[in-house]
Amino acid sequence: MAVATFEIGFTRFLDRSGEAVQPLPAFASEAKALIPLYRSMTRLRMFDAKAVSLQRTGRLGTYAAALGEEAVTIGLASAMAPDDILVPAFRHQGAQLWRGVGLIDILAYWGGDERGSVAGPPEDFPVCVPIGTHFPHAVGAALAIKLRRQKRAVVCIGGDGSTSKGDVYEAMNMAGLWKVPLVFVISNNQWAISVPRQRQTAAATLAQKAIAAGIPGEQVDGNDVIAVRHAVDQALAAAREGLGPRLIEAVTYRLGDHTTSDDATRYRDDATVSSHWAEEPLVRLRRYLTAEGVWSKADEEAMQTALAAEIDKAVTDYLAMPPPSPQSMFDHLFATLPAELKAQRDALAEEEVLHA
Amino acid sequence: MPEVTLVGAVNLALARALEDDPTVLVLGEDVGVDGGVFRATDGLLQRFGSERVFDTPLAEAGIAGLAVGLAAQGFRPVAEIQFSGFIYPAIDQMASHAARLRNRTRGRLSCPMVLRAPNGGGIRAAEHHSESVEAFFVNIPGLRVVVPSSPTKAYGLLLAAIRDPDPVVFLEPPRLYRAVKEEVADDGRALPLDTSFVLRTGTDVTLVTWGAGVIETMAAADSLAADGVEAEVIDVACLKPLDMEPILASVERTGRCVIVHEAPLTGAPGAEIAARIAERGLMSLVAPLQRVTGYDTVMPLLRLEKQFIPSSRRVIDAAIRTLEYA
Ligand SMILES: Cc1ncc(C[n+]2csc(CCOP(=O)(O)OP(=O)(O)O)c2C)c(N)n1
Ligand SMILES: [Mg+2]
Repeated sequence: MAVATFEIGFTRFLDRSGEAVQPLPAFASEAKALIPLYRSMTRLRMFDAKAVSLQRTGRLGTYAAALGEEAVTIGLASAMAPDDILVPAFRHQGAQLWRGVGLIDILAYWGGDERGSVAGPPEDFPVCVPIGTHFPHAVGAALAIKLRRQKRAVVCIGGDGSTSKGDVYEAMNMAGLWKVPLVFVISNNQWAISVPRQRQTAAATLAQKAIAAGIPGEQVDGNDVIAVRHAVDQALAAAREGLGPRLIEAVTYRLGDHTTSDDATRYRDDATVSSHWAEEPLVRLRRYLTAEGVWSKADEEAMQTALAAEIDKAVTDYLAMPPPSPQSMFDHLFATLPAELKAQRDALAEEEVLHA
Repeated sequence: MPEVTLVGAVNLALARALEDDPTVLVLGEDVGVDGGVFRATDGLLQRFGSERVFDTPLAEAGIAGLAVGLAAQGFRPVAEIQFSGFIYPAIDQMASHAARLRNRTRGRLSCPMVLRAPNGGGIRAAEHHSESVEAFFVNIPGLRVVVPSSPTKAYGLLLAAIRDPDPVVFLEPPRLYRAVKEEVADDGRALPLDTSFVLRTGTDVTLVTWGAGVIETMAAADSLAADGVEAEVIDVACLKPLDMEPILASVERTGRCVIVHEAPLTGAPGAEIAARIAERGLMSLVAPLQRVTGYDTVMPLLRLEKQFIPSSRRVIDAAIRTLEYA
């Protein structure tokens, strides 16, 4: 006698060759409407590549590129309304960029300058570096929305590795219990640094971890931006209707190193990685757009030229930022700086003058 | 004016805050129907409803993280951790997020939350129910750490903590929950944070303490007085940021100082106070500074907790050592 059973669905619209395997959702009924998604994914990839090269030449700190995972963050962000709230981890600059954070801000933050943390939608959370600790914040923000009876929702994204953390279970449990307007997205890129997905958990899918918390969980092809967008669209609509949270596991692949501090050749062979290049999200969407007759080689060249110029300009502006004032490390610790910290700030200022 | 215990004063302050400010929420394990295992939230659910006062699942990191999310959205959550012995998973959220959210977003988001917990021994409780954890929090930049020592302080400081725009860890000594009653006017008046309070003036020796340590320290001061020694007693109340001025002013007059706390010796706030006296008041000292604290042992089970917690006898002896030094 079974007292509980579950099923995890998997959704894909475009296969790796860019063929539609089922009728596309309404937002994609005109192929043209997908161009902004394609453009944003390309922008993210080109920006990431630039950021990595800046790090290699000592002009940026550690950086986590989203190479191969572009469809996840662009898909989810494109489904969000401006007043929804994003709660991202450190590899999800794609969603931030879609939501209006500047290229220069992302460079500044990863370049070690706090001024990169200012921009963005006023209620979005900053990218979270400790794995999984942001999930409970998303529940708190979603509960706030629910208590105010607003028609908004929260989208929280983390990696496959984060699903092993207690915070994530605690958050899913609370979210399911209170039916808060929240969409969890797991970008399953198959790796947590050097640990492959199969050595992270014995669970057959990460989506099913939601089931235990009373939350619907599903898988989508995380390299198909239409599938990601569609699933998040639906989950957000349900959340706004008061139907509670959902979890979407977007199955993708980390094509690059974990970060610029990592050397992935230590733990995985190039052949495995190469095979995943056949599934990556940009090419399949470009094939589709091209087949539909809304995208040409000339369009591609024009777009890349424009994006390269935009990125170069951001890099120039970033490199021209004057250094932050040392005392600025005290600026936002408290609403009003306590006396003992004023003394420490003054001591730092004095130090600067003495050794200028 | 009603006479209330310390836990009663916590309850009064929570009710007052819930009444005055619709963004205040009270949450934690068993804080709803049960009114909290110490009854600190007794009656609040009935009075303010389940959207303002609610039970959470049993998840300390989750509770603190939930509060961070609510606070970032403009609520003022007051989250209870049932005992400070179980607060460790929540320290991650407090250190990694609550204390740095304002800084991390350069003021775009803030975290006006309070994390309350009973903290300390002396109530014959089970293992893990008697720890003193303040040292873990005072090393976290961006946090306030407040410890009330009486019903009046509990009421005024908790209101201040809830109204403060930044996160506050509020550690309540359970040994004092029902030890004394005081008249507390439920007038909504907060006490100042970041302030050390002089509880008793004296010119011969300075006794510095906080929380439940106030009981034994005041008793020690009384018995010293019977022998003609006038001790000044300072209740630090806010362990971070630390208000050293009354302590330094007192040490300047007395030249002698004893620091008393229940938390284990090493790396506790007493060490910080001693270091600051060494930095700014060393020349006032005429005798080596003394610390009377919990030992660097695991908090013993209840049979030995009396021996662990600083007694007034140990405080008196330490004071006499400073007096006899020169
Ligand atoms: C709590 C915590 N432990 C360890 C780390 C170090 N660390 C950074 S990223 C990472 C792997 C994360 O994997 P995953 O969640 O799959 O995200 P991905 O890097 O693949 O985007 C680890 C172990 C960390 N940042 N936080
Ligand atoms: Mg991963």
